[in-house]
Amino acid sequence: MVKVNGTELDIAGKTVTEYLATTNYDPKRIAVERNGDIVFKSQYDVTVLEEGDSLEIVSFVGGG
Amino acid sequence: MDALVARHGTELQRRFSEATVAVCGLGGLGSNIAIALARVGIGKLLLIDFDKVDITNLHRQQYKASQIGRYKTDALAENLFEIAPYTEIKTVTARLSEDNLTTLLSDADIICEAFDNAEAKAMLVNGVLEQLPGCFLVAASGMAGMDNPNTIKTRKIGKRFYLCGDEVSDVADTIGLVAPRVMLCAAHQAQTVLQILAGEYEV
Repeated sequence: MVKVNGTELDIAGKTVTEYLATTNYDPKRIAVERNGDIVFKSQYDVTVLEEGDSLEIVSFVGGG
Repeated sequence: MDALVARHGTELQRRFSEATVAVCGLGGLGSNIAIALARVGIGKLLLIDFDKVDITNLHRQQYKASQIGRYKTDALAENLFEIAPYTEIKTVTARLSEDNLTTLLSDADIICEAFDNAEAKAMLVNGVLEQLPGCFLVAASGMAGMDNPNTIKTRKIGKRFYLCGDEVSDVADTIGLVAPRVMLCAAHQAQTVLQILAGEYEV
């Protein structure tokens, strides 16, 4: 299982890009941290989620 | 400066006065963050914005009617000098991008993301975390509208990435931005900067 924003999901083995494609996130508005470190945007296609990973996806909204 | 040492203690004030903090975007968040940090005695503030003061900014941003039409960098530097002349101010009147952020932000110990556009926020956050591994980043998302003030919070997302706001109130879905709620979020960001400088890394 992979923890995504606190929820356990059965997505080990998928890449970040493959997982994001199953969600409503706008790729231009997000930042993804995996186990406390940023996942480079250029690495979404090749970063494979592993059993026990913890993912934080921050989706920004406008205003400031 | 002696008055600040008396309030904060020698060690804490040393950390504040040796710090360089970048404020990216000088709107409702950034202008309030900068004023709070200057009052506390942060040594050097790096203020970055490309825009000019507009009449529609005055309801929430720390400018005066007499400053309409001036670059926000210049107007805010002037206001900060009146409030806290012991703060060193460096201004950059430019639009931050993936291509220039390393050059413009490399001196900063802590970077505050204070843009209003969601895609610009994401660009800066990804850019800083990818390109400036020595920096802490304090970003904001979700402070629009009239919701309860207690929904504004701070979370530590990664090892050096903090996020303030309610994370959901998009300006496009609300009546817009009101001064107190934006100030609350700005205060969260400024206080998080101080916590980091004090060595209190957990929220």
